[in-house]
Amino acid sequence: MLIGKSLPRVDAYDKATGRTKYTDDLCGKDALIVKIMHAEITHGFVKSIDTSEAEKIPGVVKVVTCFDVPDLPFPTAGHPWSTDPSHQDIADRHLLTKHVRLYGDDIAAVIAEDEVSAMRGVRALKAEYEELPFVLDAREAMKEGAPVIHEEFPDNVLKHTSIRKGNYEEAIKEPGLVKVEGWYDTPTVQHCHIENHICYAYEENGRIVVVSSTQIPHIVRRVCGQALGVEWGKIRVIKPYIGGGFGNKQDVLYEPLCAYLTTQVGGRCVKIDNTREETFNNTRVRHAILSHIISWVRPDGTFAARKVEMFSNQGAYASHGHSIVAKGMGAFPQLYPCENVEADSYTVYTNRQTAGAMRSYGMAQAGFGVESHTDDICRKMGFDPIAFRKQNLMPVGYVDAFSKNELYADTFNQVMEKGMAYIDYERKRKEYANQTGDIRRGIGMAVLWYNTAVWPISLETAGCRMVLNQDGSVQVQVGDTEIGQGADTAFSQMTAETLGISFEKVHVVSCQDTDITPFGTGAYASRQTYVAGMAIRDCAEQLKEKILRKAYEYTRMQPYLCDIIDDNIVRVTDGRVLMSLASLAEHSVYDLDRSNHLTMEVTTQTKSNAYSFGCCFAEVEVDIPMCKVKLLNIINVHDCGRLINPALAEAQVHGGMSMGIGYALSEKMLYDPKSGRLLNNNLLDYKLSTFMDHPHLEAQFVENPEPTSAYGTKALGEPPVVPVAPAIRNAVLMATGVAFDELPMNPHNLFRRFREEGLI
Amino acid sequence: MYDIKALYEAISPEDAVSLLTEHPEAIIIAGGSDVLIKIREGRLAGKELVSIYGLDELRGVTKEEDGTIRIGSLTSFSHIHRDPIVKKHIAVLSEAVNMVGSPQVRAIGTIGGNTCNGVTSADSASTLCALDAIVEILGPDGKRTVPLTEFYAGPGRVHLKHNEIQTAILIPKESYTGYKGCYIKYGMRNAMEIATTGCSVNVKLSQDKKTIRDIRIGYGVAAPVPIRARNAEEEIRGCSVCPETIEQCGEAVLKDVTPRDSWRAAKDFRLHLCSTLAKRALTEAIKRAGGEI
Amino acid sequence: MANEKVNVIPEEERQYKLVRCTINGKKRQTMVDVRASLTDMLRNDYSLTSVKKGCEVGECGACTVLIDGEAFDSCIYLAIWADGKEIVTLEGLAGPDGELSDIQKAFIEESAIQCGFCSPGFMVSAKEILDSGVLYTDDELKKLLSGHLCRCTGYENIFRAVKKTMYARLGKKLEE
Repeated sequence: MLIGKSLPRVDAYDKATGRTKYTDDLCGKDALIVKIMHAEITHGFVKSIDTSEAEKIPGVVKVVTCFDVPDLPFPTAGHPWSTDPSHQDIADRHLLTKHVRLYGDDIAAVIAEDEVSAMRGVRALKAEYEELPFVLDAREAMKEGAPVIHEEFPDNVLKHTSIRKGNYEEAIKEPGLVKVEGWYDTPTVQHCHIENHICYAYEENGRIVVVSSTQIPHIVRRVCGQALGVEWGKIRVIKPYIGGGFGNKQDVLYEPLCAYLTTQVGGRCVKIDNTREETFNNTRVRHAILSHIISWVRPDGTFAARKVEMFSNQGAYASHGHSIVAKGMGAFPQLYPCENVEADSYTVYTNRQTAGAMRSYGMAQAGFGVESHTDDICRKMGFDPIAFRKQNLMPVGYVDAFSKNELYADTFNQVMEKGMAYIDYERKRKEYANQTGDIRRGIGMAVLWYNTAVWPISLETAGCRMVLNQDGSVQVQVGDTEIGQGADTAFSQMTAETLGISFEKVHVVSCQDTDITPFGTGAYASRQTYVAGMAIRDCAEQLKEKILRKAYEYTRMQPYLCDIIDDNIVRVTDGRVLMSLASLAEHSVYDLDRSNHLTMEVTTQTKSNAYSFGCCFAEVEVDIPMCKVKLLNIINVHDCGRLINPALAEAQVHGGMSMGIGYALSEKMLYDPKSGRLLNNNLLDYKLSTFMDHPHLEAQFVENPEPTSAYGTKALGEPPVVPVAPAIRNAVLMATGVAFDELPMNPHNLFRRFREEGLI
Repeated sequence: MYDIKALYEAISPEDAVSLLTEHPEAIIIAGGSDVLIKIREGRLAGKELVSIYGLDELRGVTKEEDGTIRIGSLTSFSHIHRDPIVKKHIAVLSEAVNMVGSPQVRAIGTIGGNTCNGVTSADSASTLCALDAIVEILGPDGKRTVPLTEFYAGPGRVHLKHNEIQTAILIPKESYTGYKGCYIKYGMRNAMEIATTGCSVNVKLSQDKKTIRDIRIGYGVAAPVPIRARNAEEEIRGCSVCPETIEQCGEAVLKDVTPRDSWRAAKDFRLHLCSTLAKRALTEAIKRAGGEI
Repeated sequence: MANEKVNVIPEEERQYKLVRCTINGKKRQTMVDVRASLTDMLRNDYSLTSVKKGCEVGECGACTVLIDGEAFDSCIYLAIWADGKEIVTLEGLAGPDGELSDIQKAFIEESAIQCGFCSPGFMVSAKEILDSGVLYTDDELKKLLSGHLCRCTGYENIFRAVKKTMYARLGKKLEE
């Protein structure tokens, strides 16, 4: 049994010795270096760019400006393409732009022999602009007369969708209801993968090869084709190991520009290696979302009616657009079902950094709103937060009409019980009631809900190829990507499990190359163990059948009498080992009469989805005069079905919790209100958690195997982020009585609120 | 690859002075944790550099005959932190330099660079101010010294002529004998941080530990340059060791500090911190000096 | 057709210096552009690609190497300063036959590696910390490792790996 075992990562040795090759490690030293000129205004038009001085600089090979690139708008979201134009992502990007929509927008590129020459070239470019007013806030951008960021969207609203259930207006007339209302605001934050985005491109035999640090190689190929107006087959994208992505690299970033620039220098290799500042400024961020929630609660603690409005700050370009807030809004009526619901969400263009996918895709924002609001209800009405949740959470057997997702087990109670036991919830809640003094402690919690994969909103399809080698080992190749989460290891375990071979006999091909790798859309939506798992199981079962049919030629035993167990062909009726798989594999290839290469390739579509659940409990100590929150204890408990590799699953949860802690306490992108410029575009001023900002991170699981899943597993990559910030917020609320409805709860925010509440 | 026009490596402190005299546009690079970053940003791109990093004679901590502690300007924060003389006599400095950035930055960052860049947030500076530190400077005409508090000329500027280099920081015996100190760095997170405000307090208590015989309070990011809170020192000197004194100190420092609004922190928040940190640092310093509070 | 604009950097404008140092136990020397960072030299001249670039301003720690036994961010260290120094990169941790060091083994065993981009720097810093032979408290250990940012692990398993190795080296039992 290989599923459920904490086997070491298949890439561990290479990563531990430093020999793993990432994009920059593979790029030839003779590559030309591209540096991009970033606009020095926040909104307006480039009138002209004087390139004459730059072109004189020794080492500068070519300057390309926004006036030179093709007028082919393209989308960038790492979504499966839709053949239905109404479902396609918004194509609002150009390789370089004349219309500047954020401070630092890409307006020209300098190609040079080395980095210093390229930088000197950029500094020597002179741009003239026609400046326009800018807007950074989503609700400001919706107002009449606000600066228009894209002409096609005169009100800046990229999309508005609604959910209507029952009759909200009628329901709130019920006598005796208590109205609880709150505004919950989340900041723009960044992924901060340690490897910046990097890509290089060159031409080979009339085609363009792009090597990129991406989560989505097949999508990058399609978008490069769209952006350059080149047939998709003429683009080849290679994805080596990548130094983290977290959704930022689930977007097409500088690959199209890089692909274009190689064509401008005769196919010579060109490299775009983003600086950290560019990663902050010019890649993607998490949407800042403001949620306005109203609940009408009966004295018995049940909901009569609920309403939410969500305003999502898209930034300058559409990227993943409305999908993010739509996912967050979707959680609202499902997590706490209520007969009468009104929900509206708006995705609004502004002149901030472009928001795209980021680990937990709208749910971190929605989770903060919904679960902060849950505790606000409890506080206002005197309910116990756990009892109230137990009373109102989605019941066992709940089925969502749209996704057909079902809550099969008593998961919520199970995860909450585990969390309470670990953190000693009941005792501490009593102990921390009614504190006074400068330093106070509190305990809080939040639950989470998450979908796995993107069906039925989008296509879910995965390809898998397996090749039996002459020694009985197997290469397995999928289009879905290893981005650090351990996908390759999980895929290997699945392959070994279904084929009946040992883990060491599985050779996963980690690198995706669109010329070779079966189609797969990549790492996102916490989908790969679910969706690629279906393809792996399908492929492995068919390959096994093929092997057993071949074995008949040597063993004369019917396939149905046999199985592959521990690398051998075994007659299951009596357990006798008939021959080794290695021997079969060797004979099959070199058979002078009937040579067969035993391979299998499948494409598997998935038309189901699965709920993933969990919770977080956090204990804090608040130093009021110092305006600081210290996290003392924290636990996440998840039910992501069956664990494929418990050690790697635990590690995934740690990473998500860490990102949640930063979201709760310190991370925020800051803007200069006068210029619209991002102020903290570096790892010193942008405060992600350091080694010293965490207590022990406890990760536990409840395993209720998912019935719809090939290996019983479902989403885990993203969910751990979701409940952390509201759990910490609720703990601070308990400690101080001060509700923080705006993240992060950093010292600036604590100072402001403690002053308002008269605590300092 | 850094955009450097030319680089001259000094082989002695005197050679550094000559190189600077020969190259009037050149900039001194010590550990480089400021200069290299500014080159990369473009602010100092394409300049000539005089590297003094190789001058080992400017490294190390020694105690001179008169008890003065001499810290070579190129001594790294990590070496100062670990130095036995510093630990024994001026533990507060060991504590303060251990809060700079990160272990790797403390390995490259030098105390000379930290004071010569003139920034108010320098973690060593407030403590050095509170220790009445003296700066030793070498120029074409030889050595001169100046009190650190008078070394600062304004934000990012110090009284160092183009062809002068700082060679040492000196702590006179009377500045540390009998004093105990505490430095509190306030940051938004616990490592890899630039000080929002930093406060360093040195106290000397009476024999019976009941009275504050002397107090020196240094601040970073409470003014355009590192400062001493002279008014508060005056007010608290001679006060008894009690909670009221602590509160009084928290109030008194507000007469000395003049923090400004910036996106890194608002003025009112910094004022609040100046007061809070003074109280906490004083309390801790008193405890370290053997007082009860 | 002749290229009308040949815009190459004149060689005489470049300034080089011979840098002689010990890298991972071997004496090496090469002419280095004085503008190069130590990261540039190690990656480009010696193909030591475990030295990663994550910020190039000394904030992330991905490029950490040991210089005379101390951890430095090689991105903000001029290559010419390495003359006469002893440099250790992650490549220098494993034995000549590929035998992993105890630190590397612990990182694997404790699932402390995910995307792997910050891992080399962490393991190099861990070497300095553990070679000191000191038994550090949890807080001290965290502070000593705080010059590295990681977005995958939440630092949890890295901490476990380093602490476990520290205890093992000192022959002490680690209480869970």
